[in-house]
Amino acid sequence: MASMRDIKRRRTSVQSTQQITKAMKLVSTVKLQRAKTRAMQSKTYFNSMYQTVTNLLAKAKGTASIYTDVQPSPRKAVIVLTSNRGLAGGYNSNVVKMVMQSGISQEDADIYAIGRKGREALERRGYTIREDFSELADEFEYADAIKVSNQVMKSYEAGEVGEVYLAYTNFKNTVSHVPTLLKLLPILPEDTQEESVDDGLMMNFEPQDEEALKMIIPKYVSSLLHGALVEALASENGARMQAMDNATNNAEEMIEGLTLKYNRARQGSITQELTEIIAGAEAIS
Amino acid sequence: MSDSNLFELKIITPERVFYEGQVSMVEFNTTEGEIGIYKMHIPTTVIIEPGILTITEPEGPKNAALHAGFAEILPEKVTILAEIVEWPSEIDLERAEKAKSRAEERLSHKESSLDVQRANIALRKAICRINTLK
Repeated sequence: MASMRDIKRRRTSVQSTQQITKAMKLVSTVKLQRAKTRAMQSKTYFNSMYQTVTNLLAKAKGTASIYTDVQPSPRKAVIVLTSNRGLAGGYNSNVVKMVMQSGISQEDADIYAIGRKGREALERRGYTIREDFSELADEFEYADAIKVSNQVMKSYEAGEVGEVYLAYTNFKNTVSHVPTLLKLLPILPEDTQEESVDDGLMMNFEPQDEEALKMIIPKYVSSLLHGALVEALASENGARMQAMDNATNNAEEMIEGLTLKYNRARQGSITQELTEIIAGAEAIS
Repeated sequence: MSDSNLFELKIITPERVFYEGQVSMVEFNTTEGEIGIYKMHIPTTVIIEPGILTITEPEGPKNAALHAGFAEILPEKVTILAEIVEWPSEIDLERAEKAKSRAEERLSHKESSLDVQRANIALRKAICRINTLK
């Protein structure tokens, strides 16, 4: 049996770990609230954007454009959103796993990493990291999303990559976060549903369809990216909150077990001492 | 009767709903030139260029600086998806002046075509900010 001192030391150590995990949980709860509000607010923008783009695409059907046609280049750009810090349960590894199982081969992938954890994991597995914007994973504004999407658009327009994907974690609600791989470009006609077209209105575009497409698509991509960033941030904090909650509960359990063990050991040593004293007294008398 | 010329205007940015209300007219700058929209406009989607946004409410006009985005115009409703839009109170005049002179300087020594284009946009944004404050 472990000595009393060992058990006590162990218990103190678990206790201080528990304090840390508890504090981390509280911090991510607050951050989650903030990220959640932000995600809600950006949803309005995104929904209107999506509507307009589907309308536009439905109308511009048949117009040849590099955004709506299959591209010859076999390379695929993947924007991977993960976190900069760990201790968030399976949050990062789920995204990485999804990218690896997506059927995009290592040789063809150009990774645009936002988030240090994802970058490191993919780098280790032999993926090419084209750009690293990890500083944006925690703090970003819409202008940052524009900056990143412009870079990706540039290599798409130059024909360096033929397809653009976005790997992020979709924030469904506080407990459910789904890793999602979204195809950004090209937007093939069969990929878009035409639900919004039949509202009886014929939309005019000024300038003409093709021109408008060229101007709206980059905005569409950056709005998608921004939406994904916001959702990823909410998911990250949600995942961390859950992970830390579990850790706190596990620590609680361990402390309980250790306290019991400690008390038993204490009782045992008292009993032993008593027995020794009585035995000693008897021997003298 | 007096309400009949009002329509719904909604200005959304990625970060917030910037404006929502009943207005009689809205004016802004597009790639095709400056336009003013009344109720019952033909359905149109236009691309926005940096310029002053004027919202005419029943109580009077309001100004803001609108830099990028696009607008979806329907007979009864106008939705502006703005990437950047600011009320005059949110504009930092000093910063705008500085940005203006910086852009002008960059335009004066001509470098690669991309830089010129970017400086042009920056210059127009700065001028638009300054004009909104006037």
